Amino acid sequence: MSQLLLQVLNLQTRLLTHRGALCPVDGVSLAIRRGETVALVGESGCGKSMTALSLVRLVPRPGRIVSGQVLFDGEDLLLKPDAEMRRIRGRRIGMVFQDPLSTLNPTLRVGHQIEESLRVHGVARGPAARQRSVELLEAMGIPSARERLQSYPHELSGGMRQRVMIAIAVSCEPDLLIADEPTTALDVTLQAQIMDLLARLKAERGLAILLITHDLGVVSQFSDCVAVMYAGQIVEQGPTADLLQNPRHPYTQGLLRCVPRLGRPDLEILPIEGSVPDTVSPPPGCRFAPRCPEAWNRCWTEMPALRPHGEGRTVRCHLYAEPQLLAGEGGME
Amino acid sequence: MASPWVEDATLEPTPGTPPGTLKLLLKNRVALASGLVLLGFVIVALFAPLLAPHDPGKQHPEAIRASPFWLPGGDIRFPLGADSLGRDLLSRTIYGARVSILLGVVVVLLTLVMGTGLGMPAGYFGGWLDTVLSRAVDILLAFPFLIFALAIMASTGPNLVALVSALAFKGWVDFYRVARADTLAARESSYVTAARGIGASTPYILFREILPNIAPPLIVLATLRMAVIIIAEASLSFLGIGVPPGIPAWGTMVADGRGDIAGAWWTATIPGLAVLGLVLAVNLFGEGLRDALDPRMRR
Amino acid sequence: MWMRFIGQRLLQLIPVLAGVSMIVFLTMHLTPGDPIEHMLGQAGRITQRQIDELRAHYALDRPMLVQYGLFLKRALVGDFGPSYSHLGRPVREVVAERLPATLELTLFSFALALALSVPVGVLASVRPQGLFDRLATAGALLGISMPGFWLGLVLMILFGLRLHWLPISGRLDLGLVLPSATGLNSLDALIAGDGAALWSALRHLLLPGLTMAAPMAAMVVRMVRSSMIGVLSQDYVQFARAKGLPERAVICKHALGNALIPAVNVVALQAGLLLSGNMVIEVVFQYPGIGKLAVDAISSADYPLVQAIVLIYALSYVLLNLGADVLHMVLDPRIRRPQEGR
Repeated sequence: MSQLLLQVLNLQTRLLTHRGALCPVDGVSLAIRRGETVALVGESGCGKSMTALSLVRLVPRPGRIVSGQVLFDGEDLLLKPDAEMRRIRGRRIGMVFQDPLSTLNPTLRVGHQIEESLRVHGVARGPAARQRSVELLEAMGIPSARERLQSYPHELSGGMRQRVMIAIAVSCEPDLLIADEPTTALDVTLQAQIMDLLARLKAERGLAILLITHDLGVVSQFSDCVAVMYAGQIVEQGPTADLLQNPRHPYTQGLLRCVPRLGRPDLEILPIEGSVPDTVSPPPGCRFAPRCPEAWNRCWTEMPALRPHGEGRTVRCHLYAEPQLLAGEGGME
Repeated sequence: MASPWVEDATLEPTPGTPPGTLKLLLKNRVALASGLVLLGFVIVALFAPLLAPHDPGKQHPEAIRASPFWLPGGDIRFPLGADSLGRDLLSRTIYGARVSILLGVVVVLLTLVMGTGLGMPAGYFGGWLDTVLSRAVDILLAFPFLIFALAIMASTGPNLVALVSALAFKGWVDFYRVARADTLAARESSYVTAARGIGASTPYILFREILPNIAPPLIVLATLRMAVIIIAEASLSFLGIGVPPGIPAWGTMVADGRGDIAGAWWTATIPGLAVLGLVLAVNLFGEGLRDALDPRMRR
Repeated sequence: MWMRFIGQRLLQLIPVLAGVSMIVFLTMHLTPGDPIEHMLGQAGRITQRQIDELRAHYALDRPMLVQYGLFLKRALVGDFGPSYSHLGRPVREVVAERLPATLELTLFSFALALALSVPVGVLASVRPQGLFDRLATAGALLGISMPGFWLGLVLMILFGLRLHWLPISGRLDLGLVLPSATGLNSLDALIAGDGAALWSALRHLLLPGLTMAAPMAAMVVRMVRSSMIGVLSQDYVQFARAKGLPERAVICKHALGNALIPAVNVVALQAGLLLSGNMVIEVVFQYPGIGKLAVDAISSADYPLVQAIVLIYALSYVLLNLGADVLHMVLDPRIRRPQEGR
C-alpha cells in the first residue's frame, strides 16, 4: 500500500464577479497515492480546471482559495510562502494544460522553454541543459530532437506540441503530474499516442497523475481511481473498474448512459436533461436534484454529504443514506 | 467592475447605436463631468461679449503686467491679471475660447464630411476609386501633421482660410479609413443584402441604411480628433503662423507672454491652461462616449 | 527573404516620397505673386542682378513641371540653393550645422519616453484598476492633452526660473568647449571622457527632452498597458507560472516579449508625434536645431530652407515607419517563419 502523496481536504475556491460570489470549487476532497493515477471527471464548467489550479495556488484573480487543506507529502501547500510554492511548481508538481498552442510561448524557441525549466530549478544549465532537453524530447518520441529544439511552437504539429509540454512538465522529475484535458484538443489517434506516453512515464518514473478529463473512454483505460465532479463538488469516487461497472450516483449513471458501448448497439444513448446550475446562488439541497430522475423531497432541501459506500467508494447522494430505499429501488438502470 | 480590463487601441465597427447608450454615458461620472465642462466652455465662447469684463483688445496702461487677484499686487478688476500691453487676461482668455472651439468644430466637421464622403464610396464600390484614394492616403500619412501645416502656412502667411485648410488637409484620413472599413464590412452584412433585395437604390442604401450604422465610431473619432486639432491650432498660433494677429487666440497669447515668464508668468501659463482644460474635457468626454458605445461594456 | 521584404517596402516608398516632394515644392508657389519678391522682400538690399540670377536659377519662366523636375534633380543631390536669411550660404550647409542638435534631442527624447513609459505601462497592467494603474492612466491622459508649448514653459518656469535646477536654453554651459566629433554633445563628451561636459549636455537636454517625450510616453503607456493586460490573460503566462518561474521572469520575459510586438507599430507612429512637437519645443527653449531654423526661415520667407527642412522631417517619418515594420517582423517569429504545417 503506497503512501499518500496528495490529500485534498474540503478545498473551497471563490470567485468574485459583478454578479456575486461564485464557488467553482466547493468543498472538494481528493486523495492520490504515489504512482497512482486518479481521474477527475465532469462536464465543462463543473470546476475541474479550477480545482487543478487551486492545488498549485495559481487561481487567477478575481478568484481566491478561501478554505481547506492541500497536503502534499504531509505539508499543507496553502500555508507555504510564495517562494517555496514556486520551487514546488515544476519541480515536484508538473502541469500539462489543454491547448499546447496557446500554452507555449509563441515567441520563444521550444528548446529554450524546456531549458528554462531545468535552469530555474537548478537541475541543469547551459550545454548540460541542452543535452537533457534532447534526451527528454527523444523520450517523448519526437524524432530529430536536436533540430526540433530550435523550432517555434507554431512550427510543430499539435501532437508534437503536446509532447513538448509534457516534456517540460516532467523535465525536473516531479512526483505528481497534473494533466488538465491533455488530449481534448487532439484527434483520436494522437490521443492514444499521448495516453500511451503518459502510461509509459508512469511506469518508468513512478509518476502519480491527476488526470482531468471529460472523456470516459480515456478514464476507463488509464486511471486507477475516478472522482466524479458536479457543480463544484465531488459526487462519487472509487476504483475505476468498480465505479464504471457499478455507478451509484445518478449523475454518474447518466454520464455512462451518454456514452455508446461497443457491442451493445441496443443500449439507448440518453442525454441528461437540463444544464449545470448557476453557482452564484445555488439551491439549498443537492445540486443535481433538478436533473436527477431519482430526486425526492429530501434532495431538494438538504445537501447530501460525501459518505463511504462499499470498499474504497464514496457517494454524495441521499439514496445511499437510506438503506430501505435501496432495497425498494432494486436495479438502478 | 464597470470598466473594461482591456482598452481598445482601435475602434471596432459597431453597427448602429446600441440601446441604452445615453444611460450608460450618464452613469459614467467622469464623462458626465467632462461633458458639463465642455458645455461650460461652449457657453463661455458663445456669450463672450456678455461674460468678459473688458474689451479683449483694449489696453489699460495702469494695469500693465498686473497680477491675478490672489497674488500680492492683484486687483479684482483684472481677475486673472493683465499682459504686457495692459490687456485684461480674463477677457482675452474668454474670447480665445471662441477661436479654439470654432476652429475645432469647423475643421472636425469638414474632415468628418470629407473623410466619410470619400470613405463610404471607396468601401462600397472599391475599384479604382479605392486604389487611388488609398495611394493618396499613404502619401498623406507620410507627413507629420504639424510639419505639413507649417509648410502651408509658411507660404500663405496668417490667414484663417489657409489655417482651416492646413488643419483639415490631413485630418480627413482617419475618418476616411474608419468609414471605408466599416462600409466595407456593412456591405456584406445582412441588412444591406436585405435592402438590396427589396430593390433599394444605392444612394438610399448608403445614406439611410449604412450611414446611421457606421456613425457611432465616427462620432467618437470626431471628439478625439477635435482635441488634436485644438492643440494643433494653438501650436501654430504660438509659432506665429496660425490665427491672424488681431484675433485673440490662446496660442498667440502664450507666445506674447513668453518674454515675461521670469516675472509675469501668468500671461503665458493661464492661456495654456485653458487649452489644457478644454482638450482634457474633450478627451475625457470622447472616451466616455467610446466606452458607452463599446459592446463589451454592455452587461 | 529579408532583402525582398525591405526592398518591397522601399519600392512602396517611392510614390510616397514623390508626393511629399511635390507638395513641398508647391510651398513656394502657393501665394499669388512672384516668389522671389516674397523671399527677397525680407532680406534687405539686393541688386537687380541677383534677382535676375535667382529667377534664372529657379527657372520661374519655365512651365511648372520643368521647375519641379529641376527641384527634384537638385534635391536628390542635396542641393537646395542659397539661403538668404543666412547671407546666401547654401541651404545644405546651414542645415548640416544644426541637424546634429535636433538629432541629439530627438534620440534623447525617444529614449527618455521609452524608459519612462514601458515600465509604467507594465506596472500598471499587473494590477488593473489598482492605485498605480489609475494614476498612470490619468497621467497618460494628461500627457496627450497638454500642449507642448505650455508644458515646456511650465517646466522652464518651475525648474529653471524658480528652482534654478536646470538651464532653460542652449546646449552647453557657457565656457565649455567640446571637440566636435559627431556633433551630438553627449556622445562627444563620452568619447572625450569629459564628465563635466557630459553632465552639462544632459542637463540642457532634460527639459526640452521631457517636453518632447511627454505625448509619446503617454500613448506608449496606454498601449503597453493594454497590450500587457491582453497578454497576461493568455495561457502561456499561466503555464510559465506553473513551471515555477519567479513572477518577474514571467512578466518581463514571457509577457512583455509578446506584448511589445503590437506595441511597436504604435511606438513608430508616436515617434512621428515626437517629430511634430520638435519645432515648437525648439522654439520654446531656443534650442539651436533645425526646428527653430525652420520657424525662423518661415518668418523670413526663406523658402528653399523651409523646403529642405520639411523634406528632412518627412523622410525621417517615412523611414521610421519602415523601421517599425521591420522591427515588427523581427520580433514576431510567426511572421518571420510562417507555419510549415507538419
